[in-house]
Amino acid sequence: MAILSKEEAKQILEKVMSFSTADSLEAGLSGSGRGNIRYARNTVTTSGFNDDISLGVTANFGKKSASSTINEFDDESLRKVVKRAEELAKLAPENPEFMEPLGPQEYKDSKTYYKSTADISPEYRAEIAKNSIEPARAKDVTAAGYLEDTSGFSSIMNSKGLFAYSQDSQLEFTVTMRTNDGTGSGWVTRDFNDVNQFNGAEASSVALEKALMSREAKAIEPGKYTVILEPAASVQLLGNMLFNMGARQADEGRSFLSKKGGGTKIGEKLVDERVNIYSDPFNEKVPANAWSGDGLPRGRTSWIEDGVVKNMSYGRYWAKKQGVEPVPGPANGIMVGGDATTEDLIKSTKRGILVTRLWYIRTVDPQTLLYTGLTRDGTFYIENGKIKHPIKNMRFNESPIIMLNNLEELGLQQRINGNLIPVMKIRDFTFTSLSDAV
Amino acid sequence: MKRREFLQLAGMGVGGALLTVPLIGNAVDMERLLENPIDVLEKKRLADIGLNAAKANGATYADVRIGRYLNQYIFTREDKLQNAVNTESFGVGVRVIANGTWGFASTLDVSDAGIQKAAETATAIAKANGKIQTEPVKLAPVQSYGEVSWKTPLEKNAVAVPLKEKVDLLLSANAEAINNGANYVNSALFMINEQKYFASTEGSYIDQDVHRIWPNFNVTAIDPDSGKYKSRQALSSPMGMGFEYMDPRASSKKEGPGGTMHYYDRYDMIEDAGLAGKQTKEMLKADSIKAGKYDLVLDPNHLGLTIHESIGHATELDRVLGYEANYAGTSFATLDKWKSKDFKYGSDIVNVFADKTQEGSLGAVGYDDEGVKTKRWDLIKDGVLVNYQAIRDQAHIINEDESHGCCYSQSWNDVQFQRMPNVSLEPGKEEYSPDEMIKDVEKGIYIVGRGSYSIDQQRYNFQFGGTLFFEIEDGKIKGPVNDVAYQSNTQEFWNSCSKICDKSDYKTFGSFFDGKGQPSQISSVSHGSATTRFDGVNVINTARNI
Repeated sequence: MAILSKEEAKQILEKVMSFSTADSLEAGLSGSGRGNIRYARNTVTTSGFNDDISLGVTANFGKKSASSTINEFDDESLRKVVKRAEELAKLAPENPEFMEPLGPQEYKDSKTYYKSTADISPEYRAEIAKNSIEPARAKDVTAAGYLEDTSGFSSIMNSKGLFAYSQDSQLEFTVTMRTNDGTGSGWVTRDFNDVNQFNGAEASSVALEKALMSREAKAIEPGKYTVILEPAASVQLLGNMLFNMGARQADEGRSFLSKKGGGTKIGEKLVDERVNIYSDPFNEKVPANAWSGDGLPRGRTSWIEDGVVKNMSYGRYWAKKQGVEPVPGPANGIMVGGDATTEDLIKSTKRGILVTRLWYIRTVDPQTLLYTGLTRDGTFYIENGKIKHPIKNMRFNESPIIMLNNLEELGLQQRINGNLIPVMKIRDFTFTSLSDAV
Repeated sequence: MKRREFLQLAGMGVGGALLTVPLIGNAVDMERLLENPIDVLEKKRLADIGLNAAKANGATYADVRIGRYLNQYIFTREDKLQNAVNTESFGVGVRVIANGTWGFASTLDVSDAGIQKAAETATAIAKANGKIQTEPVKLAPVQSYGEVSWKTPLEKNAVAVPLKEKVDLLLSANAEAINNGANYVNSALFMINEQKYFASTEGSYIDQDVHRIWPNFNVTAIDPDSGKYKSRQALSSPMGMGFEYMDPRASSKKEGPGGTMHYYDRYDMIEDAGLAGKQTKEMLKADSIKAGKYDLVLDPNHLGLTIHESIGHATELDRVLGYEANYAGTSFATLDKWKSKDFKYGSDIVNVFADKTQEGSLGAVGYDDEGVKTKRWDLIKDGVLVNYQAIRDQAHIINEDESHGCCYSQSWNDVQFQRMPNVSLEPGKEEYSPDEMIKDVEKGIYIVGRGSYSIDQQRYNFQFGGTLFFEIEDGKIKGPVNDVAYQSNTQEFWNSCSKICDKSDYKTFGSFFDGKGQPSQISSVSHGSATTRFDGVNVINTARNI
């Protein structure tokens, strides 16, 4: 297993530092083991396990720097990787945006690693596949799914005395269930740091039920509809917004957060005042690494507060240039939700659409954060507080900014791809055409 | 938000968003890229150890791929070099069939013991999965080629060109864009070299040296008064060529409608960057399109992506059969449509072929990653769906007795599977130029270059944007327009294809980082076409206010 302990990692990195003659040296050492199983047509198609560990070194002379990496760790190899980076750095052009490495930092622990996940066996993976395939077959449905588990460590050290180390484990599961008559399709996704929180059979049953419910879908006219977006349907649109909150792009005038006439929209109201989005590596449900790649400690950062742009991410160079503190980008996304269940939101809807997921999402206009994509694997028409029938998939053209201005109600949060996202009801969501895809 | 072997490299500011570039392998210095760590005789000896170990453990078939994958990526913005990354990845992958089931294992330990162990692990995995296997693997026969080799025909190995020369070229292009009115420019050069050795129990030992290159930039112009900005990417095409692609040549370019420039087997990056500077400034002042039905005149550098999404992916047999159902999706081009022999995918003039041999293309190799000699075959003939893309374990499903030779893996570390070959639209037989095509259009839009693209999981409904849009009125270009996207249904769209320019206009578009599979793998593929007309396509206006 490619997990080095804190002491083992520190020992290698200290040795690396001792071999350097550069003005400053930065090094990163990380490794992981990753197992997977993939199935389709109700049978296993591929499975495997990969193990890797590598060391990257950056040497700096004045404003010149260069990097080199290696995956051997004897003294001779460590000397070689340092020497290579140093030789290259001397030849490199000066980088006017060069920043001196950070000094020592204080980091709080974030519980991202669970031994249970690191101990997942090939038999466990096969069992998860079986728990999808057998119930599917019994209902004349075909399952296609994928389970991947990763466990590893990351560490960084520099010659100014900074050292950071963390371990991490992840499990990700998705399954698509398609009825054998070709008219219904359902899907589910689950991800956890601790495998003990994962119930593969329960997850598969959700996808199976959606597949059976979505048979014989009817077409409705595209247009503006009230939608209930399950967390898996909105996570990518919200993530696209969150990851585009860089201050530099906005200051340069090429971001949705650029202000007319110059500057950024920080401090301005952007969306409905009930919208609060933050990141927090110490959240127990979605723990994340407590330090960023350049060694900055990560804490709780509020990005949108009561609908107002509260923070934008600043790299160290841009922060210095603008005279502000650096703000590392988000390690996860947490949107504050409410108490309502999906069923509650359906009950309070006179006419609307329940969306399981949105797929093939692509930028149409970066200036307005306009995206296009399609509903997939379970789209249902709601009338007078009840699901009336499945509907054919539709293409949308919508911006998360417009969407969050049209917020009707927030419901319970769910973990999706390492984030906590509530189910939400949105009015006037724009669908532009029908799709025949099931 | 997820840990992946994707590095966020110095950004191509694609309209505010950063491009995440998949980087395979470990960063190394440049000299290392020119070393040759292992000769072909040693590779054969090592491969035989893997094949024998697999057989001794009960495998009925085995293949061994010893791969060395070299990349060099260079990133700049305005007058600054942001990053130059050299990577090397060296290792071996062993794939076997045991108990009728596939198994795969890989290792970076390219030694006798390392390969022996990988072969044993692959066989053990196959046997474990065999217990829940319902369809035993059936391989189409393949010829034993003995010891053979293939190399991308090239004039200049890009990796051997001094770094300074490449950086200077990018910085000159950046300066040209700024001098022509751009406010910001990011540029990049991607160079890839796959040194692949394949051996199988069928008796083939295949040594290949594959090269690819892609220059690209993103130029942005800003209007501070309105707060608006416009961006345009390069009109280059990624190619299966060496650095000679970067040497401009007058005979390899043509001026097109609307003052556009079109590059064929040579690219002038500095000239294109200058044009991009001018065109982004013009785009800031252009009108917004009125939504409605238009006749579309699509340039090859745009149409390539539409071919890729609506025909290339739709005719992958693994998608048709459901193997990709949980990720990329399935396909509307089902087996019953193919069996009927009269499914009209497009109009009578639509002839689409797959080809892994086309010189200069991204998909060109001598043999695929399961040791099958590559070839050309038809997918759509006179508008009718006639075939799919199939590899050895799929050929029997479409009643064929040989693979099409389109199996690929992105590295030694990943298992090979069916990947898209170059899929191209045949040019028209009669002499006909883009200028003549525009003269024949009353109300239309001429679209150049790739843009936003999205298509459903069965490849019916799609929406495409582009790089440059020109409104056509009564046979003349009226001027540039903004906020254009067209939406259609694949079958309806290809049946509205009414005219195709001749072969003198034919060129390839390329997709350098095409993703498929779980865990996801990238591949590179080209799509050739000539400028083509589609009648009465639905165009939407994408302008919004936030």
